[in-house]
Amino acid sequence: MQAVTDNVFKALADPTRRAIFEHLSRDGEQTVHALTHRAGVSQPAVSKHLGVLKRARLVRCRHAGRETHYSAQPQALAPLVDWMSVYGAFWRDRFDQLENLLKRMDP
Amino acid sequence: MTDTGPTRTLVIEREMPHPPEKIWRALTEGKLIEEWLMTNDFQPEVGHRFSFRAMPVKNWNGVIECEVLVVEPHARLVYRWGALGLESAVTWTLTRTEGGTHVRMEQSGFASEEGANYKGAKYGWQKFIGNMERVVGGLE
Repeated sequence: MQAVTDNVFKALADPTRRAIFEHLSRDGEQTVHALTHRAGVSQPAVSKHLGVLKRARLVRCRHAGRETHYSAQPQALAPLVDWMSVYGAFWRDRFDQLENLLKRMDP
Repeated sequence: MTDTGPTRTLVIEREMPHPPEKIWRALTEGKLIEEWLMTNDFQPEVGHRFSFRAMPVKNWNGVIECEVLVVEPHARLVYRWGALGLESAVTWTLTRTEGGTHVRMEQSGFASEEGANYKGAKYGWQKFIGNMERVVGGLE
């Protein structure tokens, strides 16, 4: 689980990769050519970014003829979302305990 | 923490009907911290390294490594919070209000240090937090 989460963090640390991922999430499946056109960097660079996103399971690819089509896998973000919400619950509970303690303490 | 992941921030804020001086004690006196958070060897001195200790579980010794970064009495307290290769900073800000104190807790920088990625690899974060919660809950 943690290795997966680390990969997701690293994959989304780069603004170009974030843009590619957002683009795929918003507009659906795209070819590498179309993504290169949008990204404003070379095709090898886009392919490299897609490789990182793929290892983080943020995108999936399928081959059709000579083209490779990529699509977003937004469920890969679930571990992060869950982790944040669980940590949030932890601190909210601690806040409750802190308030209980303050009530017991002398003024 | 460079180029290791996007910074994420968790913020919890609450209005408490107690003066900042009293809340400061609860945040900085070891015995009192233990009552609402975890056992610890905290000292309100910048540079002091300390740990919070939960019950050890499989693949995790239950230790959260910390270091005091900022101490501004009755106003601001910051400590580094590191466990299982994940580093963050916890910032407490106390602001006096008419009815007491506005308490703000911010935990930021949920990125892992390079090379420490797999320190706790077999131990998922959700499980870690879940256990911490259960352990702390059991202390009450």
